[in-house]
Amino acid sequence: MLGALIIVFREVIEAGIIVGILLAVTKGVPGRGRWIAAGVAAGIAGAALLAVFADEISHALAGVGQELFNASVLAIAVVMLAWHNIWMARHGRELAAQMQEVGAAVAKGSRSLAAVAIVVAVAVLREGSEIVLFLYGLVIAGGASTSGLVAGGLIGLALGCGVSTLTFLGLVRIPGRYLFGVTTVLITFLAAGLAAQSVVFLQQAGIVTVLEGTMWDTSAILSDSSLLGRVLHTLIGYTDQPSGMQLLVYSVTLIVIFGLTKAFAPHSPAKRPMAVGR
Amino acid sequence: MGLPFLKELAFGVGALMIGLLPVLAPAARAEDSATVHLSLKDHRFEPAEPHAPAGKPITIEIRNLDGTPAEFESKTLRVEKVVAGGGVITVQIRPLAAGRYRFFDDYHEDTTEGFLIVQ
Repeated sequence: MLGALIIVFREVIEAGIIVGILLAVTKGVPGRGRWIAAGVAAGIAGAALLAVFADEISHALAGVGQELFNASVLAIAVVMLAWHNIWMARHGRELAAQMQEVGAAVAKGSRSLAAVAIVVAVAVLREGSEIVLFLYGLVIAGGASTSGLVAGGLIGLALGCGVSTLTFLGLVRIPGRYLFGVTTVLITFLAAGLAAQSVVFLQQAGIVTVLEGTMWDTSAILSDSSLLGRVLHTLIGYTDQPSGMQLLVYSVTLIVIFGLTKAFAPHSPAKRPMAVGR
Repeated sequence: MGLPFLKELAFGVGALMIGLLPVLAPAARAEDSATVHLSLKDHRFEPAEPHAPAGKPITIEIRNLDGTPAEFESKTLRVEKVVAGGGVITVQIRPLAAGRYRFFDDYHEDTTEGFLIVQ
């Protein structure tokens, strides 16, 4: 039971943090609960499918199907996070300030919510498929009693939801006028970390073969498999032995998203140019 | 979600694909790469300490003889890949400096440990 609990919790942390951040980011946007719940549901369904077809996916595309799938879903999450950040830079202030045109805000808000739902689905999908495979393995191995397994898994899952809630509650304590800036920075680092993770899969597939050397090894100081290491891994993409390519992609993603978010942000909410409104 | 969103989405994905093109172009691995064969039985790697030459790209093939899924993982080799029960996978490893590189099955880290000995 403890084994199931630990593994499930370990996998759930990342998805939990991401969902918590996105809940805080979309605070005040009407209909966000439905969208995020839909993202979670789609992620769980996808995770089950992924686990069932694990072997087939492995053999697809000349044996690198698993890597390309992981790299692609991570890349989609990065694009969605970037797009959401830019969108929030343009319209977020109005939403946060609860300005008039509620009708327009709802319509606009749901567009950005679709991006959020996709990111949630990707996070749940990636962590969820590992949980499904692990639990399935325990079931057919028959080592643990099924009830103990289910209990362990459920407690692990509940702890993960706890992480989500803590992240959300921690973030929404930040005063409204700072929350927007904080979440923009959080999302940018989150996206850069996911982009760097996606590079690992392309390297493993033998598709990216340049700059593969390890830049540094801080595993003795802070291992990225420790609890703090895992949290930092999700939040800022901390890796204890990054390759040069990971570092490069991480930096480029950071710069591009920060740059685009800045470029699209109105200089003053009052003087927002009409041309950018869609 | 309306058409504009779909357009933006399509544009974003398209831009991403174009960005990825250079890296997706057929990666010609050096001909002289080394291959290491591993098998998993009763959650143990066989051989537990395979050898590989330094300075050459390495292909590791893992055959899972157990009925349960495993996840071949190594921090230092930078790999993480699921092997279904009874399945076979291969992973590509960059040219390595001499040393011992630890790997394990993420689902049974307590019993499955191995070291790739590069010399």
